[in-house]
Amino acid sequence: MKTKKMTLNRNARKNYLTYGLVIAAYAILQTMSTTGAISSSLKGMLVPICAYVVMAISLNLTVGVLGELSLGHAGFMSVGAFTGVTAAMSLQTAVPSPVLRLLIGMITGAVFAAIAGVLIGIPVLRLKGDYLAIVTLAFGEIIKSIINNLYVGVDEHGLQISILTNKLALSDNGKIIINGPMGITTIEKLSTFTAGFLLVMVTLFIVFNLVNSRSGRAIMAIRDNRIAAESVGVNIVKYRLMAFVTSAALAGASGTLFAMNYSTIIANKFDFNTSILVLVFVVLGGLGNMLGSIIAAAALTILPEALRQFADYRMLIYAIVLILVMLVTNNPTLKGYLDIAKQKLVRKKPAAQAAEGGGDNGK
Amino acid sequence: MMTFLNYLLSGISLGSIYAIIALGYTMVYGIAKMLNFAHGDVIMVGAYICFFAVSRYSLPPLLGVIAAMAVCTVLGVIVERLAYKPLRSAPSLAVLITAIGVSYFLQNGAQLLWTPNPKVFSSVVGTNRLALFGGQLTVSYVTLVTIASCVVIMVALTWFTGKTKTGKAMRACSEDKGAAQLMGINVNSTISVTFAIGSGLAAIAGVLLCSAYPTLVPTTGAMPGIKAFTAAVFGGIGSIPGAMLGGILLGVIEIFSKAYISTQLSDAVVFAVLIIVLLVKPAGLLGKQVREKV
Repeated sequence: MKTKKMTLNRNARKNYLTYGLVIAAYAILQTMSTTGAISSSLKGMLVPICAYVVMAISLNLTVGVLGELSLGHAGFMSVGAFTGVTAAMSLQTAVPSPVLRLLIGMITGAVFAAIAGVLIGIPVLRLKGDYLAIVTLAFGEIIKSIINNLYVGVDEHGLQISILTNKLALSDNGKIIINGPMGITTIEKLSTFTAGFLLVMVTLFIVFNLVNSRSGRAIMAIRDNRIAAESVGVNIVKYRLMAFVTSAALAGASGTLFAMNYSTIIANKFDFNTSILVLVFVVLGGLGNMLGSIIAAAALTILPEALRQFADYRMLIYAIVLILVMLVTNNPTLKGYLDIAKQKLVRKKPAAQAAEGGGDNGK
Repeated sequence: MMTFLNYLLSGISLGSIYAIIALGYTMVYGIAKMLNFAHGDVIMVGAYICFFAVSRYSLPPLLGVIAAMAVCTVLGVIVERLAYKPLRSAPSLAVLITAIGVSYFLQNGAQLLWTPNPKVFSSVVGTNRLALFGGQLTVSYVTLVTIASCVVIMVALTWFTGKTKTGKAMRACSEDKGAAQLMGINVNSTISVTFAIGSGLAAIAGVLLCSAYPTLVPTTGAMPGIKAFTAAVFGGIGSIPGAMLGGILLGVIEIFSKAYISTQLSDAVVFAVLIIVLLVKPAGLLGKQVREKV
């Protein structure tokens, strides 16, 4: 009984640490941006960072907690972005408050992405491993090419939708929202850093509660050993779908947040490369480690900007950094050197070592 | 009828290119159990090398192709040694991310070396067309050469993996690396040979691809890379005949859906067919269905 309480505490402590760090980061960045202490380019990246953080956490739910590789996560972001923005734009007159409209947009985005998640999840989750990965990739590409050929307009009679060619018959007061390959060109910038921060907090809350619930334990049991989980009566389809759809819905909300930070958005923005980018955040941050995902997403979104002084070489350096980090953290020999270096560092500071020892006992 | 034949031929030709690329994916997957996402970018490097060999150093096209193959083979082996070999025992996701890093590296390296401006690739076999049935059906030589090289490569690879010592070693490694090592097979050099062959084939695919679709930019290889990866899975990843079949079917489906359904939605149709096939045959068309042992 005592040990159980202890482990719960450790989990909870880590979660509170994550919440605390996110709140602290928000407080610091918000103060800095109101006092003008950060550059305008970084200021412009705050909302995309929040969106990518949410993407990374939600993908970590699929890859880290559910244990399935998804290569089409940007597809859900795309569904969320386009449906959310459409909702927010068509309610422009009905709902005057921009905050409320952003909220409605995000919820719409999340709902539609969740529907897409169910539709995709039912066939996809029958497959395993690399085959599952390739089908998520395929769905991501399908979503991209459908949205690239989608025309949506709004007038006083409501929404009109046509596919492939622009067949919309809008009245004079009507306006076109999604214009095929041109995407959405007249987005109101409703996203703010505060909205992004709140979405990150909500995402963390949902994911932590899911992971630490009975359902979360079932999901992880399926990840660790599907056959064993099935034989003790865990409903495989239900729990796998639950994780997958939650992940899709969060990605949808993040898509709306992301899109409403720009004045135009096109479907090609959410392609295979975006899915891969988010996957890189998750793997670099550590599978199942939400704090790691947050840090990796924030750091790697800023990194190309921070490397701006290297001008043309920055993406090359980004690639080299990525390869080196993977080599150092995964090669047994190099990892050994790293551990030795860490130990030496700790030994130099006996106080730090004692503190760490104390921490271990506490666990 | 003639238009149908024409579409079929260009479908098979495009499919042959996918098949040659997919062979590289599938061989590497079979042996190293990794998805080599950088493979698409090796195609691009091959095409650039051939482009410069022919247009700047005015070498004959055949020598250009050989130069491209040589460079890509060396590149493939170097990448394997530096980036993938240290991760032999690492989790597969770590290797996947490293492969993505290599892909970024090659794309951005190409952008620095050769600028992002598109190059117009002149076809290595000329732009002449062959008229058949009294001019009713014209076929470009590129199409014929592509299909012919695909057949030659297929036959050669089947012979290589079936009859030669190295080929047999490759099959042994893909079946059970530990047992292969106990039988005295040098697993590391076998993997290097696999990467060398895959990258050499990628160079050929790059030249053929750019002969048919002449715009050459540093991201040329990305989309064909993804399609070929899809083709490899379609046919059953790890299986060489599967990669050929998957590649050709994918090319034919793509051209037919462009011709008869919709140009813009052709990618969606291709991927939808893939999903349906995988739902019916979860291990691909010719893949081995592995029984799960408890």
